[in-house]
Parts: sequence; C-alpha cells; structure tokens
Amino acid sequence: MIELDKVAYSYGGGALLQSVSLTLAPGSFYFLTGPSGSGKTTLLKLRYGALLPTSGRVRIFEADIHRFDRDQMAPMWQRIDVVHQDCRFLDHLPLADNVALPLTVSGRDLQVEADNLGELLSWVGLANQSDALPPELSGGERQRATLARAVIMSPDVVLVDEPTGNVDWDMSQRLLRLLIELNKMGKSVFIASHDLALIHAAQSQVQAWVLRISERGVQLAGADL
Amino acid sequence: MSRSGTIRGWVVGDAQANRVVPPTGFSARLTLFAAGALAFLAVFVLALSLAASRIADGWSEELARSATLRISAPLGQRAAQTELALRILRQTPSVAEVRTLSVEEQTGLLTPWFGASLSLEDLPVPQMIEVIEDGTGYDAAGLHLRLTAELPGAVLDDHTRWRRPLVEAANGLCRLGLISVVLIGGAMAAMITLTAQAALAANSQVIEVLRLVGARDSYIAQAFVRRFTLRALTGGAVGAAVTLIATALAARRTLRGLA
Repeated sequence: MIELDKVAYSYGGGALLQSVSLTLAPGSFYFLTGPSGSGKTTLLKLRYGALLPTSGRVRIFEADIHRFDRDQMAPMWQRIDVVHQDCRFLDHLPLADNVALPLTVSGRDLQVEADNLGELLSWVGLANQSDALPPELSGGERQRATLARAVIMSPDVVLVDEPTGNVDWDMSQRLLRLLIELNKMGKSVFIASHDLALIHAAQSQVQAWVLRISERGVQLAGADL
Repeated sequence: MSRSGTIRGWVVGDAQANRVVPPTGFSARLTLFAAGALAFLAVFVLALSLAASRIADGWSEELARSATLRISAPLGQRAAQTELALRILRQTPSVAEVRTLSVEEQTGLLTPWFGASLSLEDLPVPQMIEVIEDGTGYDAAGLHLRLTAELPGAVLDDHTRWRRPLVEAANGLCRLGLISVVLIGGAMAAMITLTAQAALAANSQVIEVLRLVGARDSYIAQAFVRRFTLRALTGGAVGAAVTLIATALAARRTLRGLA
C-alpha cells in the first residue's frame, strides 16, 4: 500500500535518513521506534506525502506521489489518516464538528452521517463532550478526538505519531485498544513511539512488527526488541 | 446547472464550508466600515460629477442659444439705433426672436449692483436687446461685421467669453470625479487584498487543519473568498445606500430652498 524505495531525507545539513526501503502491507500493525530526534516523525511524514524525500521513491496506493500536486494529494489524505503528536483543531467549532471535518470538506451530507458520528464519539468515549470546544478538552480527550477524526472517513491506513506523548498510562492503554480494534477491522496501523511499555502491551494483544531507526536506517527489530 | 444557478449557489453558499472560517469580530467590522466608506465616497463623487456634467450641458446649450446686443449711444440717438439694430437682427437668418428689454427688466438686472432705489433715467445705461436663435445657429461673425459697419455703438455679446470657462470648469469637475471613482475602485481592490492577506495569515492554523483532513485548495480558498467578498459587498451596499439617501435629501432641500 505504501512503499518506500531507497528513500533518503536530509534537513539542510546532514542526512537524517538514508536508503530506507519499506513496504506497508494492508491490515498490518507496525511500531516505529527509536530515540528522540532519530527521524520517526520525518519517516511518518514521508509515508503520507507531507514531505518528499531528497532521493528515492515513495509510492502510495500504487501511485507515484512525486508527480502529485497538492490537490491530487487531498483525496489520498482521505484514505490515509494521521494522528499527530500536537492535536490541532478548529478552535471555534465544537468537538463534533471538528471530528466531522473530513466529511465536511469532502462534501458529504452530515445529516446522513449523524449516526456514524455519534457512534464514533461514544467509541472514543467523548459522547458527552460533543458540544465542547477543543480548548476545553484535556490532552487525552484531544488525542482521542484526533483519532476519531482520523478514522471517520474509514481510511485504509492510520498513522499515529507518539500517541502517548502527553497522556497518562491508562489513557495510552485506551488509545492502544482503539487502535487494535481498528486493526482488527482491517486497517493498517503504523505507530511511531519511543514508549517501549506501550509496544510490549500491544504485542500481547496483536501481532505487531517493530521497526527501529538507528544509524540513519530502519531495521526490523526482533519480537523481543 | 446553469451559470445563474452556480452564482446563486455561491451566494447562498455551503453553510458547512462557511463555518470553517472563524468569525473575526474586529477585522470584520473594519472591512465593513472601509468598504462602506469607499462606496459612500464613490457614489458621492459620481453624483457630483454627473451633476456637474448636467450643469455644463445645460449652460452650454441655453447660453449658446441666446445672445445680447448692447447699444451704447447718446440718449438722443438711442431709439433710432435700437430700431436699426432690431431691423438688422430680424433680417439675419436663424434668429428666431428679438426682444428689447424694458426699463423695468434692465433695472431688475442692475439691482444687485446698484440697489433698488436707483432710477435708470439718470444714468446713460445702454439699451439691451435679447437675441434668441432658432437652434440651427446664426453666423455670429457675419452679424458682428454688419453691426460694426452700420452701428458702431452696438456690441454683440454671444456669451462665449464667460460661457467657455464655466463649461470648462464644469467639465473639469466631471473629469476629476471620474478619476476619483477609478482611484476609489483601486483603493477598494487594495483594501480587499490586504484584509484577505491578513486574514489568511491569522488563519494559517485553520488552513493547516483543513489541509490535514483532506480539503482541496479550491475548498479552502472558496470559504475565505466568499466570506470576504460578501462582507465587502455588504459594506459597499450600505455605504452606497446611505449616500443615495443623503444625496436625495440634500437635493430636495436645495430645491425647496430655491422654490
């Protein structure tokens, strides 16, 4: 589904990633780990086309994204959804509208999808906060809201950046369960995280592949890390 | 769908798309105010230049169709010279009407300068003859030559001397008005561009979030363009309406004052 072929990326000075080749298979569950600053977020961005590699090829859904302009990228971003480390919302709209934003911008009728939206909000445990404005929500609630927004278009791939970055252990367990449920529904899940405890917790529930970034490359780590 | 349908759709708008642009109270009021003020000025200047152009037309037409013959002669010869002048004028082609101004009329014309108590009999006031042409235009130069030859004391004044600067002034005012309208239009465009840029900068987070959830460029642009165009149009309409009312009221007061 997403293929990286000998991809390299550098920010101005030295190379951050070199010769990375990866293929993301449908329905798989991946963790991407590595120390801070090793390029986890960069690799994630390369996977959904927010960054173009300095060399190498990225193919998403069999399409070469190097030939895409921003508007051609847009429908692709409805099939790959990204849960960012910093959860960004439109602060003037209530939570329910923010979660439904992908539907709004793709011109779907919100009335028709109202049931779906309600179900989704109770799935992430935010049914009672649907009228709250994003600035009123806690870190964990924002994380779950971003997840809900990410999956509302039922994407094929969910990319998650540091899901446990600013939430406590219970909350990260809850997020993990939601992601595992998504994976069981056939979605590919790709999580960038340095939280080894989270990875261990996941491995007991789902067959997860662990990729480790080191020495500017990516290796498949053993099941025992 | 037809073109008009598309336009109607744009004006009615997509309520959902409209909501993604945050309401910005202060800058919204500023845009409204600036658009309104510019529209006020534009309509005002337009009304002014239209009025000036109408006045210029009226003057040049009315004055062009009449002329005055002034006979300055010693009192004894005045009546005879007036008779002769009238005869010459009546023989001139294209002169529709010739009329000697009465003593009362002449007194009336001089009242603003000499006061009402003055009696004209004591002064060597020239006799005035009003000449109205029939619209085809008489040969002013020919008439002038003939009058000089037969009546050296007569002066034909076809008003060109003071009509031309007046008409030029009015036409100048009209041109100035049109230039102002063009400038105001340019200022309006600049204002809209600047507010739109400021709003885009202020809303960069909104745009980023929209892009993240898969919105196309056109969707984002349309939401913003629509908001600002409608805002400017509203301000402009209000400003124009206010000027129209103000101009109409001013015109009515002037007319009442004249009556």
